[in-house]
Amino acid sequence: MKNLLPFFAIVFLVTVSTGADWRQFRGTLGNSVAADANLPIEWNEDKNIAWTADLVGRGPSSPIVVDGRVIVTASGGVRQDRLYVLAFDADSGESLWRREFWATGRTLTHPESAVAAPTPASDGKRIFAFYSSNDLICLDLDGNLLWYRGLAHDYPKAGNDVGMSASPVVVDETVIVQLENQGDSFATGIDVVTGEERWRIDRDARANWTSPVGLEINGQNVVLLQSPATGISAHNPLTGETIWTFKANSGGIASPIANDGRVFFASKGITALNVATGSVEPSVEWDSNQLNPSSASPLLFAGRIYTMNRGGILTCGSADDGKKLWQLRLGGTHWATPVIAGEHIYCVSFEGEVKVVSLGEKGEVVATNQFPEKIQGTPAVVGDAMYIKSDQHLWKIASEK
Amino acid sequence: MNRCHQFRFFVTATFLAGFVTTAAAQKSSPDNAVASHLQALQAVGKKGEGHRAATAAWKHLSQTDATQITEVLAGMDGANELATNWIRAAVDAIAERQLRSGGKLPTDSLEEFLIDTKHAPRARRAAYEWLRRVDASAEGRLIPELMNDPSAELRRDAVEMTTNNAAELLQTEKKEDAILAYRSAFRAARDIDQIQDIADTLKDLEQTVNLPRHFGFLLNWHLIAPFDNSGMSGFDSVYPPEEKVDLQAEYQGKGEVTTWAPHTTDDEFGTVDLNATLGKIKGAIAYAYTEFSSAESRNVDLRLGCINGNKIWLNGELVMSNHVYHASTAIDQYKVKVKLKKGSNAILVKIAQNEQEEGWAQRWQFQLRVCDQYGTAVLSTDREKNKTALLD
Repeated sequence: MKNLLPFFAIVFLVTVSTGADWRQFRGTLGNSVAADANLPIEWNEDKNIAWTADLVGRGPSSPIVVDGRVIVTASGGVRQDRLYVLAFDADSGESLWRREFWATGRTLTHPESAVAAPTPASDGKRIFAFYSSNDLICLDLDGNLLWYRGLAHDYPKAGNDVGMSASPVVVDETVIVQLENQGDSFATGIDVVTGEERWRIDRDARANWTSPVGLEINGQNVVLLQSPATGISAHNPLTGETIWTFKANSGGIASPIANDGRVFFASKGITALNVATGSVEPSVEWDSNQLNPSSASPLLFAGRIYTMNRGGILTCGSADDGKKLWQLRLGGTHWATPVIAGEHIYCVSFEGEVKVVSLGEKGEVVATNQFPEKIQGTPAVVGDAMYIKSDQHLWKIASEK
Repeated sequence: MNRCHQFRFFVTATFLAGFVTTAAAQKSSPDNAVASHLQALQAVGKKGEGHRAATAAWKHLSQTDATQITEVLAGMDGANELATNWIRAAVDAIAERQLRSGGKLPTDSLEEFLIDTKHAPRARRAAYEWLRRVDASAEGRLIPELMNDPSAELRRDAVEMTTNNAAELLQTEKKEDAILAYRSAFRAARDIDQIQDIADTLKDLEQTVNLPRHFGFLLNWHLIAPFDNSGMSGFDSVYPPEEKVDLQAEYQGKGEVTTWAPHTTDDEFGTVDLNATLGKIKGAIAYAYTEFSSAESRNVDLRLGCINGNKIWLNGELVMSNHVYHASTAIDQYKVKVKLKKGSNAILVKIAQNEQEEGWAQRWQFQLRVCDQYGTAVLSTDREKNKTALLD
């Protein structure tokens, strides 16, 4: 069956020309890979930090980069009810605009998280900033408000006082968010133009932090939803209609990844599904408990799959059969999904340490860099630059020309 | 009357009496276009209602001249929380554009708007935040007068400033003055972290602090348990206490006959630990009952912190229900606005424990307080006075 896979056109969604953008959690292609990027492997206060910008508020959300703007969300205030959307010029780090709002939903979170946990998304023309309070804000690239939805205003039991973190995804002019919790638990598709609801489907009333993923199967755009109790399912992004469901006990934090006709998600370690048949329930290609993601989502690149567990063990396995190829004990606590840039994988620990590992037959730590602050968000990589944020600062890492 | 005293007069008079209007408000008759755009924003509702008109109106409103910024801010008065955010974004766009173009903000108007407490707290906060960005003296000049402000954010800043001043007095060995300042800050504080910090300092200064009274936690309860909650099925089961509270009755509970027992918590934050009081029981329902005497019919908040499934009935009416287990807890985790009747009010709380085995899923507890919309304690008239140096 594997030999047939190249005949099926299955790729992550690229709805419009992406240019030099990183438009959502794990990048425009949703794979946390910038294959052509040429990033420095070492930086410090004297070299390769192009600029540093101060942030107001905090949050584990990742930066995104759209049309030369670095977009960041943050939350602040003693009740964590102040929501911020911040835009910086990617070249200079200059603040372009800042918008502030008051949360309309629940704002309690674990002390190490924050209301600004989900990463914003963009379709290249609009920004969709989403928060643990279930506020969904749509702005244009110049910070003009297009619409504002308070999903917990509409559904007051939606919320998790540990915090919610599923990031939105944009597919077929629909922004899709997954609000799975013990109260009003649902996924919904919102019209990007009007902010009106296209569809809403009930989900298990159970805490879940995984993000929806968009992909194209045989020319049809679908969105994947993963949940701990139900497994993973594919839906029509315009209607929410279920295309197929694969039942499994799965993780509730790491999000799925897909490419070349396969979907990889956190179940029995990692389970690889063949989804090339489109509308039929997928079949299992393999599962491997040698690959075990916890908070960070898996990466897929050049036939290999990479997982990082919370304790800092980076594992590389074969995407063909799930067998472990090598493993490195990096240490630290890891919430952020690593990014692959060029020939390296950049692994960011909560303690602010970034270990740069070469991608070869055997991974090797080639550099270690230390930020002075704790980091939970996945970096964004555009061109030959990496953008990474803590609760206090946003940095641009790039080689000096 | 100097400017500071004038400011204090305005704040006190408008907040307490509620009828003084500022000169700015009196003279402002909103531009028709601004009023029309604000109306479109104020009409946004649930599930995207009014979005199409609001999106078009926002584009126009954000182009309003900065001299009219307080008229736009006033659009938050009486607006719902969604509309408030639409308007806040317009205010920020107007002010940001004005400053980037080298223009100035109308600081006098912003200050008058801030002073006028008949405006929405969030509108006044936004006015202050823009004022602060362009007037370095605003914070020190205005904030100290806002210790009892209806805006929680402005009040918090004032409490923080007073607390900092108290700390400086303490460092200069003016202990009595410092204590007076801390007392003042404690009385005004409504944010939990500030209350706790100031209370700790006062205790270090050998001052008596009555935290349960300051918060309005209910301490005296009658408890009964266990009723069955196997498979979380008991949350919606109607056990006898939900039909009638009879403190003398005994019931067949989960595997045993059970009766009501009085319990008074001595926790400073009013926590009733059911594991410690009733025993560690999984898959069980407990009920807690108390009566609250009110001198008048009035609106209050019931604010619950509970890491278990919970329901509250006030005078037999279900007013709160949260079927959520072990997803964190905090003071004021759940809030509901209710109306007390004059005289005795019956409060019944249902606390549902599930059967999770993880170490973090063992707590079975709740804390409940009665307060006004600002978080100021509302005390039962029969509550023991227990006067302290701080609350007398």
